[in-house]
Amino acid sequence: MTEIKLFKKTGSFAENKDVAREIRVNQIVPSLEKGEEVILDFKDIDSATQSFIHALVSELLREYGSEVLDRISFKNCSETVKSVVNIVVDYMQI
Amino acid sequence: MKIHLPNSAYLGNIDPFLRSFDNKDANKLEITSNPKWISLHPVALSMVAALGLSCNPESIQCDNLEATSKHYLKRMGLFDLLGLKTRIEIEEHEPAGRFIPLTQINSNENLTDFITEMIPLLHLKPEQVEPIRYILSELTRNVFEHAESSIGAVLCAQYYLKSNTIRIGIVDRGVGVKSTISSAHVARDDAAALRLALTPGITGTTHRIGGTDYNAGAGLFFIKSIAKVNRDFFMIYSGNAMYKLLKTRGDGPIKLHGDPFRDNHSLSEDLPLWQGTAVGVDINLDNREEFALLLKLISETYSKSVKERKKQIYKKAKFI
Repeated sequence: MTEIKLFKKTGSFAENKDVAREIRVNQIVPSLEKGEEVILDFKDIDSATQSFIHALVSELLREYGSEVLDRISFKNCSETVKSVVNIVVDYMQI
Repeated sequence: MKIHLPNSAYLGNIDPFLRSFDNKDANKLEITSNPKWISLHPVALSMVAALGLSCNPESIQCDNLEATSKHYLKRMGLFDLLGLKTRIEIEEHEPAGRFIPLTQINSNENLTDFITEMIPLLHLKPEQVEPIRYILSELTRNVFEHAESSIGAVLCAQYYLKSNTIRIGIVDRGVGVKSTISSAHVARDDAAALRLALTPGITGTTHRIGGTDYNAGAGLFFIKSIAKVNRDFFMIYSGNAMYKLLKTRGDGPIKLHGDPFRDNHSLSEDLPLWQGTAVGVDINLDNREEFALLLKLISETYSKSVKERKKQIYKKAKFI
């Protein structure tokens, strides 16, 4: 199990897509490749843009299929962050 | 180039301001103004600044500004940004204005710093900040990713107490929407390109509906929708065309559309050529939907629209 704390890299407003992609490529994907489960911890992040969440998780859904959601958990999400995560997860499964 | 600052140029009445822009001789800029009073939306001010940044300071002429409200230009940082000396004086200790002065942003790192440091200048409640920083972030990143603008993004914002509204302008002098969208889609003119750019799931980075790992083709649709849900104006001007989302009247439920031409809008296709893109948004803070709920509503329309579009282009194998 890998737990990734996002706040240190994003601040309270997660909006930098480059940071999102870097986290995905360097932390999330290697953990998934090792067969581990991943927890994305949004503690102290009060908001995120759709672009950020898209850059963070959309390629995972495309690459591994929707089953990847059984291996990723979203922790300590504000209502706004939950909404944005749901938006991306939803449209990636159309 | 010549640009005239009129008595009033807000999103509802910005068309004459845009039509008066003379884009001949791109190395020189002459700024003139209404002799009595000027009152400008931040997008108009950002456009003036962006034009000025494309010229040497010595090639900018703005000596004849007589309007009594010309100190506004000074306070918003126009002359400092363009490196111009001016005799206009302002009081050093004016009451803290709820505005973000003209700012030029050239990189993602600059943007992150800007959002952290400048948004507090608007002195808003946390829940009011959410849509504003969302809009500023998404629009400015669009500039970096798609515009190839030599001056980066120029933006400013202003809070208007009487209408309890934040007005935002973000402008670039890049390749324009048609050029970006045409990398992956067919757009016969600027208006068609704006329509595609505002359609959910369409991005200039791929012809695939739904975008890439880095672009979903959702940014402009989300921002137009935030304005729509709040019953406010939104405008985007690029090339010769401007699309303007008009205010939604009444108290009835808001219906979002994937096709921006189904919204109550105006479209101008014969404006002076704007090299790049200018976006203006108004956010009224009275009738603001809870941001999370607003996102949910936008999401439903996004998914529905992408589904419909995928269905339209889905082809079955032909067996003969």
